[in-house]
Amino acid sequence: MKLDARTPKGPIEQKWGNSKFEMRLVNPANKRKFKIIVVGSGLAGGAAAATLAELGYDVACFCFQDSPRRAHSIAAQGGINAAKNYQNDGDSIHRLFYDTVKGGDFRSREANVHRLAEVSLDIIDQCTAMGVPFAREYGGTLANRSFGGAQVSRTFYARGQTGQQLLLGVYAALSRQIGAGKVRMFPRTEMLDLVVDNGRAVGIVVRDLITGTISSHSAHAVILATGGYGNVFYLSTNAKGCNVTATYRAYKRGAGFANPCFTQIHPTCIPVAGEYQSKLTLMSESLRNDGRVWVPKRADDVKKHPDQIADAERDYYLERKYPSFGNLSPRDIASRAAKEVCDEGRGIGPGGRGVYLDFRDAIKRDGEDAIREKYGNLFDMYERITGENPYRVPMRIYPAVHYTMGGLWVDYHLQTTIPGLFCLGEANFSDHGANRLGASALMQGLADGYFIIPYTIGHYLAGVPASSLADPASTAFTTVEAEVRARLDRLVNVRGTYSVDHFHKELGHLMWEHCGMARSRQSLETALAEIPKLRDRYWAEVTVLGERDSFNQSLEKAGRVADFMEFAELMCRDALVREESCGGHFRTEHQVDGEAKRDDDNFCHVAVWEHGDPPTRHTEQLVFENVKLATRSYK
Amino acid sequence: MSDALSLTLHIWRQRDRASKGAFVTYKVRDVSTHASFLEMLDILNEQLIAKGEEPVAFDHDCREGICGMCSLMINGRAHGGRRGTTTCQLHMRLFKDGDEIWIEPWRASAFPVIKDLCVDRSAMDRVMAAGGFITANSGSAPDANDILVPKESADRAMDAAACIACGACVAACPNGSAMLYVAAKLAHLHNLPQGQPERMHRTAVMVNAMDAAGFGNCSNHYECEAACPKEIPRDVMALLNRDYAKASWAYRERVHKSDGGG
Repeated sequence: MKLDARTPKGPIEQKWGNSKFEMRLVNPANKRKFKIIVVGSGLAGGAAAATLAELGYDVACFCFQDSPRRAHSIAAQGGINAAKNYQNDGDSIHRLFYDTVKGGDFRSREANVHRLAEVSLDIIDQCTAMGVPFAREYGGTLANRSFGGAQVSRTFYARGQTGQQLLLGVYAALSRQIGAGKVRMFPRTEMLDLVVDNGRAVGIVVRDLITGTISSHSAHAVILATGGYGNVFYLSTNAKGCNVTATYRAYKRGAGFANPCFTQIHPTCIPVAGEYQSKLTLMSESLRNDGRVWVPKRADDVKKHPDQIADAERDYYLERKYPSFGNLSPRDIASRAAKEVCDEGRGIGPGGRGVYLDFRDAIKRDGEDAIREKYGNLFDMYERITGENPYRVPMRIYPAVHYTMGGLWVDYHLQTTIPGLFCLGEANFSDHGANRLGASALMQGLADGYFIIPYTIGHYLAGVPASSLADPASTAFTTVEAEVRARLDRLVNVRGTYSVDHFHKELGHLMWEHCGMARSRQSLETALAEIPKLRDRYWAEVTVLGERDSFNQSLEKAGRVADFMEFAELMCRDALVREESCGGHFRTEHQVDGEAKRDDDNFCHVAVWEHGDPPTRHTEQLVFENVKLATRSYK
Repeated sequence: MSDALSLTLHIWRQRDRASKGAFVTYKVRDVSTHASFLEMLDILNEQLIAKGEEPVAFDHDCREGICGMCSLMINGRAHGGRRGTTTCQLHMRLFKDGDEIWIEPWRASAFPVIKDLCVDRSAMDRVMAAGGFITANSGSAPDANDILVPKESADRAMDAAACIACGACVAACPNGSAMLYVAAKLAHLHNLPQGQPERMHRTAVMVNAMDAAGFGNCSNHYECEAACPKEIPRDVMALLNRDYAKASWAYRERVHKSDGGG
């Protein structure tokens, strides 16, 4: 596998500008002759589909939800970063770039991150023009708030529903192109495989989720914007439908998979309540602007009502350990600190797996109305789920799987190792290194979709003859279609005794236990021994009722879980080889005073896995020319 | 356990769009009062699968009240009738041991049943495709702070933009009207300066598309407002009516045509 990142030459500030000029263009009149498939309709996919159609390309967009407006980007709460420096507090493109590289614990590609910081400015302009109702100051200018891992206020927001509002902007732009006939939209349609012919991505095989019909679609280029794989843990903050199938199938067809072990555990989620729990709900990081995180100093106090615990008896452990960032320490650090105090027996709530997020002081300082204005919808959501009123009693929170930094390897052009196959948003690995900072996922999704892929895909298509569109009836497609049908038949025909969820939960437990917030050689080896056994049982004992060619939600899940069962192994393998701690990847063997200990001599690289039995690990060396490699400190 | 419920569920089962549906009664045991309504259905489905019966199909995704995928008429109320709450955020602590619960799909002619409790809401997307946007190609925007938006306007726009397009308003309406949905979209864009250039045109084509999509007419029952999980106020419909009257004059050649436009 050849890994050429195609990072442009020149000073970092000029790389993107220069490469935009150097990239080949497709003549406006010729664009309509090129067909592009976009899988996924979230911020990255929806923005790409809309923008490419605006440019004149012939676009087909697929999503498994019943409407493109329901992609999981919609659930992002807190905000989107941009280096506008509207607050005059010292922000700049370089600072956003620096914060993101540092926040990612020096495991991302400098040139990509710098480009992201540059286009962050355009994103806010674009979204505002499209009517995204960002929060405003009384004078009519845009408001900002702070987020973890930054000492400036650069986060733009729309109450606690920023992802929703940005996605509605994307959906509106996409709707315009659908109405104009420039995008053909396929909702309730799931990609089940990628078709590669002569080394190029030429199309996809999909299943119509209403009728169960399998069909092929060909294109000059395929874009995957299918999100992350957090649901490998069963319980996560992801929507129930989020899955790894599209990217994992692409991996099996030859695309390199980068850093699969880099997963983000979000520190502020509502704790697990019981075995029936189907998902975990995030409480936005923005709450940490005003909420203070604490547990009792003494383990004896954990059963006491929080009002009964005096200030002197409380341990505001983030403020104590990280005085300069305090409650706004980055996610990986805040999550591990929560685990640590719970492991010490100081956790609160059921099972001792929880810490307080307390608004008492903020309410005293600013009044309940001011807090309601900022976080009202989050407080209401918390109350609906837990039956407790957070204006009166502190919230109980605990870390949960939230985001995956790993994904398909892409070069500077966002192209995977398969020519013609591009990957955007959370589905790729590119910008967040080993830990993503809050409010940066929305930024990356929109950057990729609105402002990067429209340039880079043109460069690719300029070298492809328009007449080369593959025939969906050719053997390249029919072979893959047959494989897809056979696999679905196999799942339907097992007729075992346990449900798909039963196995998914078991896989989730295994992964959380052995490849979760803390990992060790021993835990990973255990997981690697257990996963194949679980997978064998799955294929022998799962039951999928209903038919293949009909609306069948069990079958949809069954296919996704089958892929998670294989993918989990790749994650553990990657975590095992990476003998260092960095960002969200914490190996218990590699720590100093409880903090992650990186090994830059041996692991300052991206790990890229090539499918095979066993898979092969390749590396892309990371070179830091603009940011000094340093131990991350938030103290 | 004291916090476990046993319930009797009457659930609408329908094989597909063409088949005739009917209520089927199920008993479900051991439901924690802390579980959500959808988790209660998960428990039922696990019990059905264990018996070799096909599970009940229902739409859901984010399970945190924002994606708008979940639906369900619960005891005749859209999303169960708790103020400002979607079905996925409805928790079983609101029910009592031994309760009987009737669960149906959205009922509206514009939302045909796909299977059991899942319906086809693509009519809502078609209304959006007709004009629910501001025309602003990627890359064409001025600096964001060049457009000043008074805080009150931004807040009002946001109140309307909170719509999750779940369709509860349509399902709750005796006429199956989508007025609240369409009006919320228009109020979002029309409270902002960016939405003004296309205001009349947008109103005209979206209302036309709404009629063409098979939604009924509004006759001011306001069931929609009561059912809306995002508590969109009914006054957005007044704004729509006022704009539509103006648009009927300004865009009279386009009103009453159902070609969408845009």
